[in-house]
Amino acid sequence: QNTRGLRSQLKDSVPVTGMGQQVGAYGVQDTLRSGFSSVKNELLPSHALELSEKNFQLNQDKMNFSNLRNIQGLHAPLKLQMEYRAARQIQRLPFLQSSHLALDTLKGNDESISFEDILNDPSQSEMVGEPHIMMEYKLGLM
Amino acid sequence: YRKMATLSVCQPQLGGFSFENCKRNAVLEAEVTKLGCNVPSARKTGTTICGVVFKDGIVLGADTRATEGMIVADKNCSKIHYISPNIYCCGAGTAADTEMTTQIISSNLELHSLSTSRLPRVATANRMLKQMLFRYQGHIGAALVLGGVDCNGPHLYSIYPHGSTDKLPYVTMGSGSLAAMAVFEDRYKQDMEEEDAKRLVRDAIAAGIFNDLGSGSNIDLCVITKGRVDYLRPHDMANKKGVRTGNYKYKQGTTGVLTKSVIKLDLEVVEETVQTMDTS
Repeated sequence: QNTRGLRSQLKDSVPVTGMGQQVGAYGVQDTLRSGFSSVKNELLPSHALELSEKNFQLNQDKMNFSNLRNIQGLHAPLKLQMEYRAARQIQRLPFLQSSHLALDTLKGNDESISFEDILNDPSQSEMVGEPHIMMEYKLGLM
Repeated sequence: YRKMATLSVCQPQLGGFSFENCKRNAVLEAEVTKLGCNVPSARKTGTTICGVVFKDGIVLGADTRATEGMIVADKNCSKIHYISPNIYCCGAGTAADTEMTTQIISSNLELHSLSTSRLPRVATANRMLKQMLFRYQGHIGAALVLGGVDCNGPHLYSIYPHGSTDKLPYVTMGSGSLAAMAVFEDRYKQDMEEEDAKRLVRDAIAAGIFNDLGSGSNIDLCVITKGRVDYLRPHDMANKKGVRTGNYKYKQGTTGVLTKSVIKLDLEVVEETVQTMDTS
């Protein structure tokens, strides 16, 4: 029987120690991309909600897929995840704003408004990514 | 700032809450308290809000004072928020939180009702509110009284900041909730008439206004029945500002003039300069 619960799928969530540096080549911290490291700053999250908010969408998806698997069988989440993966690839270059229309429609986000749409709109942010570096990072050249 | 600069290199920005400044704020707060000053506090509503189910629908009531610490920030604020044509919500707690929460839920409910082509139900609004408030673990300080009439009849819910809800025939929230609840416990009866229900809610809010420092000014009522909403603002001005009875201004000529001497000051023009305005 498919009684696998949510627990078995939580391994992808960001654990507490995952607040730290991105690890570059050879397992050493990536000073070029993440700057100098300070253990005190990265040991604990700065706000009680920071971790739970980072993982929220991931956990919701996992819970929904888990339910879907238990109700309708393995094919249902597999098919949905395949569609998500396809829709996620429809976007512009990384430094430009993509609308994610297909992905939002699939997830049902086109029929709801939450803080992600009101606060910190990425299209209005003051910092713009450096195009060349972002493309190199995306293509894995860097 | 280093972290933000490099984040924009590797990953695209996401919307929603950003916790970047939390550590900086903690440091600033420590510095400020060391100097002996206070950080500015959020404006709370320190309120009395209540709701009651009567024979044909719901009566919601609220006072109209918003406080900022010990000072009254707004003498006549509106605490009964619109959620949908048949659902209204009173909000206590942090004023901004209640305002934003009710607006977000109102938008979501509108989208939902357009998608289902049906009048929204109170249970839907309740479910959306409790899921959102639980997600933020009580950091959003919004205590709400949600009431409305839908296809299943009148419903009244109270929603606490951490996400728990109660479905009851009469509820009170806010700092004056105990005073209002005392009035309800004494005089509530099932299946009241509309006038009795309005009088009961008015008296409950008045109890909160006169016995609690955090509530004051006027009483707002909202009567929701099937197909009709009466938003009575203000229903009762319990605290009218007094009118001065006396006039303390002196008439012209009250002080008698004894002598009068005029001394002319001779001023001579020393220098005259003209500065042209740039009108181009």
